[in-house]
Amino acid sequence: MNDMRLTERATQMHDTKIAARGVDVFYGDTHAIKSVDVEIADKTVTAFIGPSGCGKSTFLRCINRMNDTIPIARVEGEILIDGEDIHDPRVDPVQLRAKVGMVFQKPNPFPKSIYDNVAYGPRIHGLSRNKADLDVIVEDALRKAALWDEVKDRLAAPGTGLSGGQQQRLCIARAVATGPEILLMDEPCSALDPIATDQVENLIHELRRNFSVVIVTHSMSQASRVSQRTAYFHLGELVEFGDTGDIFTNPRDQRTENYITGRIG
Amino acid sequence: MARNLPPRPKVADMPLIWILAILALLGGVAYWLARRRAMSSGGGDARVLHSLPNYYGVHGALLALAPALLILALWLLTQPMLLYRSVAADIPLLTISAFGTVDLVMSDVRRVAEGLDVAVGAGLLTSQQMTSAGPTEIEAALDEIGVALGSQLTPPVLDAARDYRGADAVLRWGMIAVVVAAALIGGAIAVYRTDRDFRARNIVERSILVLLAAAATVAILTTLGIVLSMLFETMNFFSQYPAHEFFFGTTWSPSFSGRGGLSELGIIPLLWGTLYISLIALLVAVPIGLFAAIYLSEYAGPKLRSFAKPLIEVLAGIPTIVYGLFALITVGPMLRDVIAQPLGLGNSASSVMTAGLVMGIMLIPFVSSLSDDIINAVPQAMRDGSLGLGSTQSETIRRVVIPAALPGIVGAILLAASRAIGETMIVVLGAGAAARLDLNPFEAMTTVTVKIVSQLTGDTDFASPETLVAFALGLTLFVITLGLNVLALYIVRTYREQYE
Amino acid sequence: MTDTAPVPVPERRNGSLMTSDRRTARRNAAEKRFRLYGLAAIGVAATALVILLASILAGGLSAFQQTTIQLQVELPAERLDPEGNRIPVEMASVTTFGYAPLLRDAMVATLADAGIETDLDASDLADMVSDESVAQLRNYVLANPEVVGSTIPVEVLASGRIDGYYKGRVTALTAELDRNVDPAQLVLADALKDAGLLETGFNWRFLTWPDASDTRPEAAGLGVAILGSLYMMLIVLCLALPIGVAASIYLEEFAPQNRLTDIIEVNISNLAAVPSIVFGILGLAIFINWVGLPQSAPIVGGLVLTLMTLPTIIIATRAALKAVPPSIRDAALGLGASRMQAVFHHVLPLAMPGILTGTIIGLAQALGETAPLLLIGMVAFVREYPDAPPEGLFDPASALPVQVFNWTQRSDPAFVERASGAIIVLLLFLFLMNLTAIFLRRRFERRW
Repeated sequence: MNDMRLTERATQMHDTKIAARGVDVFYGDTHAIKSVDVEIADKTVTAFIGPSGCGKSTFLRCINRMNDTIPIARVEGEILIDGEDIHDPRVDPVQLRAKVGMVFQKPNPFPKSIYDNVAYGPRIHGLSRNKADLDVIVEDALRKAALWDEVKDRLAAPGTGLSGGQQQRLCIARAVATGPEILLMDEPCSALDPIATDQVENLIHELRRNFSVVIVTHSMSQASRVSQRTAYFHLGELVEFGDTGDIFTNPRDQRTENYITGRIG
Repeated sequence: MARNLPPRPKVADMPLIWILAILALLGGVAYWLARRRAMSSGGGDARVLHSLPNYYGVHGALLALAPALLILALWLLTQPMLLYRSVAADIPLLTISAFGTVDLVMSDVRRVAEGLDVAVGAGLLTSQQMTSAGPTEIEAALDEIGVALGSQLTPPVLDAARDYRGADAVLRWGMIAVVVAAALIGGAIAVYRTDRDFRARNIVERSILVLLAAAATVAILTTLGIVLSMLFETMNFFSQYPAHEFFFGTTWSPSFSGRGGLSELGIIPLLWGTLYISLIALLVAVPIGLFAAIYLSEYAGPKLRSFAKPLIEVLAGIPTIVYGLFALITVGPMLRDVIAQPLGLGNSASSVMTAGLVMGIMLIPFVSSLSDDIINAVPQAMRDGSLGLGSTQSETIRRVVIPAALPGIVGAILLAASRAIGETMIVVLGAGAAARLDLNPFEAMTTVTVKIVSQLTGDTDFASPETLVAFALGLTLFVITLGLNVLALYIVRTYREQYE
Repeated sequence: MTDTAPVPVPERRNGSLMTSDRRTARRNAAEKRFRLYGLAAIGVAATALVILLASILAGGLSAFQQTTIQLQVELPAERLDPEGNRIPVEMASVTTFGYAPLLRDAMVATLADAGIETDLDASDLADMVSDESVAQLRNYVLANPEVVGSTIPVEVLASGRIDGYYKGRVTALTAELDRNVDPAQLVLADALKDAGLLETGFNWRFLTWPDASDTRPEAAGLGVAILGSLYMMLIVLCLALPIGVAASIYLEEFAPQNRLTDIIEVNISNLAAVPSIVFGILGLAIFINWVGLPQSAPIVGGLVLTLMTLPTIIIATRAALKAVPPSIRDAALGLGASRMQAVFHHVLPLAMPGILTGTIIGLAQALGETAPLLLIGMVAFVREYPDAPPEGLFDPASALPVQVFNWTQRSDPAFVERASGAIIVLLLFLFLMNLTAIFLRRRFERRW
């Protein structure tokens, strides 16, 4: 199976979706991200790995400007999505976040019904003209999140009543329903049990068809399972970035090798 | 409202202080003796004792003082009742029927008895006169020192007063004897028990634990005291005034002529005023308090927060009498001159609107600090989830945070409502005294609390329904606010558990 | 897991981030409005506070000013001491009625000396001086019998209306309509002022003198009320602090987890929310009617306020005890201390700043509480200072907030000034107490 993916990686390369140039992030006086350059391709799963506190989540949150919500955070440098600088004053973070969906570490369904959770994004962005439209969007998102069959009979039940894995897939469905082009996932499986993790990983694999997926993970095996490209972060620096197969089998940097072989982490 | 009190005769308060002084002395002696005995049994070496030397001393003092003080307290609590019973039993029926009730006779008897003490103390009566002089002579003396009686002094009353004095003196001396004896016996037992192996610390610590537990039960006793004191008088009231007329009567007009049965004491107009004012107060306080809390917890930078939060809390620290005066001299006249009179809605400065507005201001910090806590309890992950989907901050607040915090906010509003219903000074000064069933918010209306104050201040007669009705009002108020509080605390507690 | 459902084309696929659509503009406008509501709410609260304080200050600051008149009063021996032997007990037979003409004559004489002419008759002149001054003069003479027969300088209080004239409460216009004052008196007062005989200065009497009757607002002071409040605070401190701390220690450190403990805890949080007037009813029924304690006495007020303050102190103390980390207890227990010793030697001292802060806040609440005190008779008109404690605790007294209420019930508008002034004093006390609490918190705050 691994071999198959390797060939896949070789044959399908897509256009650059996200390009970061010289990105620095400061939390107060702490220099959390140091001059990161990276190009992330469309319709690809890109994994960010690295020891905890290395800045991979921080960088992820730059891509949809979630760091704006933290008063002490300051971002410098350029991040381009489809060639447009997301820090341009004309860009509305609200529109940006509709285009760049996000799934968080802990499943965080709203204390509403399953239906309302998924319909939340389409409603605030006005993506449907009527109830029938909305029904279609909700069903579609739930199908894409591989949750439809499990919940179609209880759409009115509260989202918080689902199991952990179901909750996380609900959150993915919620993000998908807004019609994003990029999906950011911040350690989406760290709060899940192995079976739920497997379900979500399979789902990520499917999502690649339609989205550019960026996933932060501290599990190397997960990175090797789901991603085509991998970036290794260390103390706020992007140490190495390349095809997942290359990173894991033939790391160029000593620090990456130390991490992969389990000497640090 | 101002009234002159008769000079209060200084009854024997001093002996109590003397008794306490004697007890303190005995306790000190017991401490010293027990400690010395422990030390000498250990041969002067504190290391061979089971406990530190001081524990032996404290044990001695404890055994001397605790039973004595307990007896003292019980004695003081029961003596007035026993005295009342024994003296009241000897009063002729004829006298009682002349006064109306035993209570009234007894209040005169007590006044005469205390007056006699003062008169003797002031040298107006000799002790000879006091035991033998006739009613007219005594009454003149009492008049001299300013003791006013409910009616003319009659021989039975005078006799009863003399009995009362006699019994009082006997009981007092008896009390001193018993208490001092208890202290001596207790101290002696403690000293006798003391030796080097005696576990003084364990006993002292256990006693301290009992004391601590007793302190904790004060809260229960207070509640019990509140309920019982109002319950008895309320039952007393309902024996004189029909309960259904109280609860369903739509007129409140107590007669001032006394027990003429002319009073109409319906609670409905009072409840209406209370609820109307509370409603206006909540209409002011809830939106302002809630929006202030939302802004402070979701938007404000640290600078504004550190300035605006204490500012709003200052509103909470201002006593209600200040709000009352504000209603009386500023808000009331302004509302009348600017709105009510030009629109022809009324010409009273005190009105439902005045009291409601000012009470609303008072409740702002209450609502905002409670809501602040509750909004902060909503996990940040919930906000991130919503913001990550591209909703604006206000959409996040309105569609995610507030719905998630709703039970807690409802609890906070209920607590605020309970506050509003029980508030007294603002309505006393701002709402008016006229009991009325009306919809016009610029009319003066009155509340349950206002009527409790007016029925229990000034000349009160605890035998008449006009006074006793205050207890029924108080009990009603207590039950309503208690219900709201219990419900609110329950809701808030379940809400917090949800996010813990 | 493969899913083949048709993919709806997301509407904004490939749309530029740079062009903001109309819907987003609308949503951002709503966002702005929402923020504005929040700011407005804070603004309203702040404005209300400012107006409240401003109206109290504007109405009350003048209570600390008082207009006085300098008179040379002749004290004829034949009228004040007919017996001629200067024994105060005998001189006391001359009542205030005997002294009133002296002031009237002094007023006439003073005007003549200053060369001020007026059409007002002698009794109108005497009305410019407070009725209280007569009693004041009599007390002075009885205390200093040797002055009889001489002429002494006396500083007397101007009447409430003259005083009000210099505080803007009374004008020539309102004086026309007022039976109690003649516009000519105001003209004369100005003349006295020009002659240096009448002046408005700081008013210590407001803080030290007792209350005065309805017709003498200029002489009404807060002395008895401040003393009464002080006594009650003393009682609350001596009772509520030990009982509250003891109860908290029991509940936090020793209480077993059972129904009784549960009931006590629910009870305490409910007591904190019981309307204050209910505590007044409790005080009236239990302490006055049942135990037989006197009405209007600080002891009863103190007991009632103690019961009211207990929940506040208990809640604060429990929070302070909870904040002491368990490691401290473990360390003490590990050295062989008993639980009791661990709590009293180690936990309690560490929790003390928090406990004291809570106590001060509880005291501040109690100091401003009015309603329960009305029911236990503290509205009574009291002119006698209570004795020193402990007997003084049983004497009739007033209290600061009750005195405010009392003055709002008087008809003369000069009492509104007094009431506002009393509130300034009350707020000043509260401010100082809260400042102490903040200081304690800052000074001893400990982070574990």
